[in-house]
Amino acid sequence: MRFSRTSKALGMVAIAALALTGCGAGGGTTQGASNGAGDPSKVITAYSNEPQNSLLPANTNEVYGGRVVELLFEGLRAYDPNGKPIDALAESIESTDGQNYTIKVKSGTKFSNGEEVTAKSFVDAWNFAALSTNLQNNGTFFESIEGYADVSAVKTEKGADGKDKDVPAPTAQTMSGLVLKDDTTIQVKLTQPEADWPLRLGYSAFYPLPSAAIKDPKTFGENPVGNGPYKLAKEGAWVHDQSISLVKNADYSGPRAAKNGGVTFKFYTDPGPAYTDIQANNLDVTDVLPTNALKTYETDFPENHLNKAYAGNATLNIPGYNPNFQGEAGKLRRQALSMAINREEITKVIFNGTRIPAKDFTAPVIDGYNENVAGSEVLKFDAAKAKELWAKADGIKPYDASKALQLAYNTDGGNKEWIDAVANNFKNNLGIQAEGQPFAKFAEILNLRKAKTLPGLTRAGWQADYPSLFNFLGPLLKTGASSNYEDYSNPAFDKLLTEGLGAKSTDEANKKFTQAQEVLFQDLPNLPLWYQARQAVWSQNVSNVDSGWNGVIQYYNITAK
Amino acid sequence: MIQYILRRLLQVIPVFLGTTLLVYYMVFALPGDPIAALFGDRQPNPAVIAALRQQYNLDEPFWVQYGLFLKNLFTFNLGNDFTGQPIAATLGRVFPVTAMLAIEALVIQGVFGVAAGLFAGLRKGKLFDSTVLITSLVVIAIPTFVLGFVLQLVVGVQLGWAKPTVGANVTWGTLLLPAFVLGLVSFAYVLRLTRASVIENMNADYVRTATAKGLSRPRVVFAHILRNSMIPVATYLGANLGGLMGGAIVTEGIFNVPGVGQKLYQAILRSEGPTIVAIVSVFVLIFVVANLLVDLLYAWLDPRIRYDK
Repeated sequence: MRFSRTSKALGMVAIAALALTGCGAGGGTTQGASNGAGDPSKVITAYSNEPQNSLLPANTNEVYGGRVVELLFEGLRAYDPNGKPIDALAESIESTDGQNYTIKVKSGTKFSNGEEVTAKSFVDAWNFAALSTNLQNNGTFFESIEGYADVSAVKTEKGADGKDKDVPAPTAQTMSGLVLKDDTTIQVKLTQPEADWPLRLGYSAFYPLPSAAIKDPKTFGENPVGNGPYKLAKEGAWVHDQSISLVKNADYSGPRAAKNGGVTFKFYTDPGPAYTDIQANNLDVTDVLPTNALKTYETDFPENHLNKAYAGNATLNIPGYNPNFQGEAGKLRRQALSMAINREEITKVIFNGTRIPAKDFTAPVIDGYNENVAGSEVLKFDAAKAKELWAKADGIKPYDASKALQLAYNTDGGNKEWIDAVANNFKNNLGIQAEGQPFAKFAEILNLRKAKTLPGLTRAGWQADYPSLFNFLGPLLKTGASSNYEDYSNPAFDKLLTEGLGAKSTDEANKKFTQAQEVLFQDLPNLPLWYQARQAVWSQNVSNVDSGWNGVIQYYNITAK
Repeated sequence: MIQYILRRLLQVIPVFLGTTLLVYYMVFALPGDPIAALFGDRQPNPAVIAALRQQYNLDEPFWVQYGLFLKNLFTFNLGNDFTGQPIAATLGRVFPVTAMLAIEALVIQGVFGVAAGLFAGLRKGKLFDSTVLITSLVVIAIPTFVLGFVLQLVVGVQLGWAKPTVGANVTWGTLLLPAFVLGLVSFAYVLRLTRASVIENMNADYVRTATAKGLSRPRVVFAHILRNSMIPVATYLGANLGGLMGGAIVTEGIFNVPGVGQKLYQAILRSEGPTIVAIVSVFVLIFVVANLLVDLLYAWLDPRIRYDK
């Protein structure tokens, strides 16, 4: 009996966890005994929540809409469970220089309304998503294509109240670098060579759309018609605030064929009831566990549970504008902070093994991942060395101890415990004052980081959109990058990233990205803490539950008993 | 009578303006940018953010926002919530669910509470009375969520008599367990109120007169004792209907009932001013109407009460 499910901890611990599978640190996934193919006509039920946006692939930027869109559509490529891209609708993707691509689209496949999927379905969909007047959330995914700047242009106008407003002001309707050659051929020109660009083509923003979607996106977003392994059970299968019902698409012939008759996503605002439903076999799969179940899920479901790493990590960012962390002394202090954190102990004691200590700036389950990057020793706990480095820094420039070192975190995501533990690590191992700095919401921290008025450390999490090392490095740490709020800038790092993007092969690119990480380990612009992992539990009625590289459950592979 | 009702209804206006203003201001004062929060670490084209801000009037100063909200309200256009769904349609979907839950809970606590209270009151000091007094005290002492989790685990998981959650399958039957949990605490209060009131009325002059006139026992109990004992109970039940709908937030969370409480909880998490205020406005109306009905009920229960002056 468990009566302690009182901490309705907003469930956002969602994205919790750990896994040791891919990284050989022991533990790993426990698969339910697979007894054959099961009943391929049975519909399975799964935990979800109300999608935040209409179900257009280029407008869906959160997990609950994302999982539906991924099942309804098929792109040029798909990802296997280890993050390796495989061709789906792409016959071939060719390039000689990493900047000009010729994509051949397989012919003969159809949307579930009978319309044929051609090269035009892709070109129109991408142009629709990128055009700023269409206000699509994922429009920025096309930024590498030549002509994106013209279609996405925004101008600043004075509104009626005298305040500045951004309004769409495209100077072209379509991207000049995206050319429809014939029914099966797309030509793409990027603004600069990017060897890892084809890796992105499995992401949902790049899915094709039938012509009806572009004519009336609003209506389409309620009742989307796709070309994926599933389709909506009927018109209006999305019952708001309650459920979405998908059934198997019999015409689908790609690599993700459905092994069950359909998936019904039931919506829960809290993960607690879903966990209870699994115990009562009233729900088949949940991938979000209530906080208090993280201690017990392995014993509650000895066979039917999963704990597997995915492409996400957690870091503590250090602002360059804090004088304590500038210059040579700042560098030594950042190293000292990193070595003062006992990652092993925190992941074990506070996270119950649902996260794994970080060994680099990216994440496992990504092609090119290396857990022995030169300089990564600074991520190992070493209290004596940390103290020594801190003292050395004080010899160069004394530490301004007038204010305690603050660690900013949002209280709506269950962060307090580990932030306090890290602060205690700093206090005990470095002899400095350190404390948590709580904010009600993540957005508050983001605003302060953007305004550069948060002199302490801030927690951040990053989840990759496509399985590439670059996705962890470029958007966060490249000079002037969109999410580089702490203004880190190192020309050597930028140069290696550019060289990596221009490399002829993925292996060569990954070598450059690893070298770029060596630069980061010297500078430590942020402190990598741990990798995320997906926990899931499932009922007695299903088997073959596994998560993909991005932590999303592979619903199409689940079999019903 | 009509005048009285009209006067009461006119009182709704300042109450309504006051509560909506207060709630709207509290949401407005919440820290953080709700639109930025929709995107997290990956920010979209700035035009997307600007367009959303404009759509929800978030780029306006507080008084203009509130004014626009009122204007929309009186033209019956509640606008959209942050997921792009029309708020009016959302209210139309969630309120009937919670209303079913609240009515079921009200019936449970009303029927059983009054019956048990009457029985206990008539047999004051006997075994049944003492048992009921002690158990009702225990029920009052247990918080709703503890009761909810225990019943869910025992009835839903271990015994398997009912589905542990409601979800999309909303019927009077599936709502029975959550309605029982929701109504149980108030059931204890109703019971105790009825009992105390019955005991007091048993010694009233008109009861003695009725008995002396030779009326049958059932007639004395139901027409004279019970009817006169209902005034405090009716007041409590009326005030409680609003409380049941608002207080369903915890019960709805435990049993995943897609009602008002869940929607309100989500809207608060997302700082969705318009949705929160729209829901609260309906709550205000329910409270006012329920209390008005209770006041009108007094006249029927106790003929000595008149409304004219």
